[in-house]
Amino acid sequence: MSTIDQVQRVSSFDLWKLVKKTAFYLLVLFIVVVMVFPFYYAILTSFKSGTNLFIVTYWPHELNFANYLNVLQSAAFLQNFANSIIVATLTVLLSLLLAVTASYALSRVNFRGRGVLLMTILAVSMFPQIAVLAGLFELIRFYNLFNTLWALIFSYTIFSLPFTVWVLTTFMRDLPVEIEEAAIVDGATPWIIIWRVFLPLLWPAMVTTGLLAFIAAWNEYLFALTFTSSNSARTVPVAIALFSGNSEHEIPWGTIMAASVLVTAPLVVLVLIFQRKIISGLTAGGVKG
Amino acid sequence: MAELQLRDIRKSFGTVDVIKGVDLTINSGEFMVFVGPSGCGKSTLLRLIAGLETITGGTLAFDGQIVNNLAPSKRGIAMVFQSYALYPHMTVYDNMAFGMQLAHAGKEQIRERVEKAAELLQISPYLKRLPKQLSGGQRQRVAIGRAIVRDPKVFLFDEPLSNLDAALRVATRLEIAKLHHSMNGATMIYVTHDQVEAMTLADRICVLRDGIIEQVGTPVELYEQPQSIFVAGFIGSPKMNFLTGRFAEPYGAKTIGVRSEHIQIGPGEGAWTGKVIHSENLGSDSYVYADMGADEPVVVREDGTKKHQPGEPISIRPIPGQVHRFDAEGRPLGRQ
Amino acid sequence: MSDIAIPAKANATRRPDESDLVKQRVRAAMWFLLPMLAALAVVAAWPLLRTIWFSMTDASLTHLADARFVWFNNYLHWTVLKSGKVIWSGVLVDPAWWNAVWNTLRFAVLSVAFETVFGVIVALVLNAEFPGRGIVRAAVLIPWAIPTIVSARMWGWMFNDQFGIINDMLMHLGLISTKIAWTASADTAFYAILIVDIWKTTPFMALLILAALQMIPRDIYEAAAIDGVHPVKTFFRVTLPLIRPALMVAVIFRLLDAMRIFDLVYVLTPNSAQTKTMSVISRENLIDFDKFAYGSAESTLLFLIIAVMTILYIWIGQVRFEGGTR
Repeated sequence: MSTIDQVQRVSSFDLWKLVKKTAFYLLVLFIVVVMVFPFYYAILTSFKSGTNLFIVTYWPHELNFANYLNVLQSAAFLQNFANSIIVATLTVLLSLLLAVTASYALSRVNFRGRGVLLMTILAVSMFPQIAVLAGLFELIRFYNLFNTLWALIFSYTIFSLPFTVWVLTTFMRDLPVEIEEAAIVDGATPWIIIWRVFLPLLWPAMVTTGLLAFIAAWNEYLFALTFTSSNSARTVPVAIALFSGNSEHEIPWGTIMAASVLVTAPLVVLVLIFQRKIISGLTAGGVKG
Repeated sequence: MAELQLRDIRKSFGTVDVIKGVDLTINSGEFMVFVGPSGCGKSTLLRLIAGLETITGGTLAFDGQIVNNLAPSKRGIAMVFQSYALYPHMTVYDNMAFGMQLAHAGKEQIRERVEKAAELLQISPYLKRLPKQLSGGQRQRVAIGRAIVRDPKVFLFDEPLSNLDAALRVATRLEIAKLHHSMNGATMIYVTHDQVEAMTLADRICVLRDGIIEQVGTPVELYEQPQSIFVAGFIGSPKMNFLTGRFAEPYGAKTIGVRSEHIQIGPGEGAWTGKVIHSENLGSDSYVYADMGADEPVVVREDGTKKHQPGEPISIRPIPGQVHRFDAEGRPLGRQ
Repeated sequence: MSDIAIPAKANATRRPDESDLVKQRVRAAMWFLLPMLAALAVVAAWPLLRTIWFSMTDASLTHLADARFVWFNNYLHWTVLKSGKVIWSGVLVDPAWWNAVWNTLRFAVLSVAFETVFGVIVALVLNAEFPGRGIVRAAVLIPWAIPTIVSARMWGWMFNDQFGIINDMLMHLGLISTKIAWTASADTAFYAILIVDIWKTTPFMALLILAALQMIPRDIYEAAAIDGVHPVKTFFRVTLPLIRPALMVAVIFRLLDAMRIFDLVYVLTPNSAQTKTMSVISRENLIDFDKFAYGSAESTLLFLIIAVMTILYIWIGQVRFEGGTR
């Protein structure tokens, strides 16, 4: 009797464990599906053609590249793509260049007003972009930059520079003090400490920061929409937002999805490759900030 | 090669005074050890000498020349850090050569000096390696090598052995002692919290406490003539036994101190009686902890072959002439 | 130097000379900061001041240079008619503006509330050890990596009233009987925005919370498990208090971000009064409707609201920033 009782208890315990485990994996599955599904569905749609587009399917049925050809053969879109790459790359390089020395000063040198300065930089990164739109608009028109890539590189500095400074400062703050002191004893000036001692140690942080800033610049919409007026300077987000058919009912969903996938795929690949770095960068800029 | 004079050196961080007026002369070629409990200011004092911290008050002179505001690299010092502080991305060679490269020394001269230092420290085979490919002990040698290459007038060591394990610590301690002999003439200042390191390495020891010097002297002086209860308790292992009240009265002192090795077991005139609490056998010696009715147990060193059971009654008496007497302020009244 | 003794006190209170090292470092720091500060002055400070200036003028897109100063007329202005009736005008009495304020606040609070709850759940899942955790973490990063505009269009397609997969799913599940025009209908447009934003920003929240979770030493959980504390209780009594500081920072961070939302609304639900936010209405007035000064006034107000919130954030969140020791 008692042994049977025991056996039953053990098996019900196992059952409970199994239920918990199943529930957990169902939750995991749910999370993954919700997170991935829109992108999956965009890919699915992008391979459909003609009227198939308007039949809802959950699994891939056809592999039609017409939409992709459509996008890739469009000179306009290739131009947008190139614009996005140029703008994002130059923005990041410029910000990193200015940020490296600034974050050294902010993380390593004690001077009066450092705390206030850091708070100001944090505040600027919280800026609503719209608040500077009018002023930037005037400035860009004044310097004849309207509808050029420079207008975008210039305006993107407002979010990209504070962000890179902030993240690099948190990274640089964590470098060991003794290494810097050893360099000081060796006779290194701050300039040499930055370029010959810290920078080689900061490469991973630079890649992370650069990548995050790149993504932010790549995704920007408000400035890109406002400071460009023709395709020669438009970036991809603006182009995708403006994609439209001849009438309200002829929105070229297949083409839009193909373009969306083309724009997103490189980012997703980058993000997956640099997963760990990105997470560390995000949390460095977030939690500690 | 250099004599250092510290005159009323003070250092405060904000409102906190860390060094409260230190006067000290470190002779040329001397091996000086700063020792003290954590927070006594010994590392800060070293960093003031290095120039890594700004001196708040007083003067620091190298060979009579005031260097208070001189940059570290211009003081003719080299420093070995607790964490080695090697440049992780440079090879051992570059780590050692970096300072000379910054000083724009000739390539040939740099190579010569690095190789010589590497040979001295037996790290020549590792010159092309990165620090992460070396063991802790090897890294510490590279750090010392980097200091040697700078050919400094004064070597500064900031607890260089505390990251090493016990065996390596002893071996490296020996290396540093040898280094001092081979670099004849170089002044060395060494910071540690370990009084054994201090006793074995130092020409003179400077005991610090709460930002002031308690006593400066040779290891033997500190051991035999401590100028305060603090120094008496800090130097020597196991710690000196301190007794007050009825134990001290016969000696005409507020407090008396007796080292465990200066106590004999056995009845006799003026013997104290009590019970054994515990005995530790270390092989060559054994230490007997006895309850004599004082605040703390008295530790007695004995031959390693002797055995005592807890609870066993015991009579002990200090060897005459080896009892340190202290007044109410903790100042010495001489031995008796 | 003479032999006259300087009184000890005067000596102690005298400010020490800065050493050459400190001087060199501070001087270098100033030069290092200069380019960044100059850049921020040009791209942030100056344009902001100009926006505020424009908000007090009658500027229009074509008349920026010769705008007249009109004080606070764009914010609040009244005219007394001959009949004695007072007519108020300006942003502060504009129902469209207050509608946008209400939309923005409602959106920010709701989206951040949901994100936080979902973020905690996802973070807890990612903090557990199970085979395939790496894949889940990668999957979670995808919505974050997708450009907002792209996600707006993807969801726009999924929300499509005729051919959208969302309606299809809900029909199949029997939850709805007629297809819903998610983005166009006044009842649902706001929820469509909310859903997409929650989907897109939960990963960010989850990663921040995960970082906080991973700082909690494992042995706390082991101790709780040995004591037989129920896991749910452990979560509310141990985990939540420990991650609260990080959670607070993340929530306020996201709130400030949600307050300035523009692109998702502008692309997914254009011209919908139910979703129009402060940023959208400002930009419409600034550029699309050529009420440059009026739009400037609106964006100045948005800036002020966010500035006040940022100050509160720094104050409440007690952002600690310890620099290096030097």
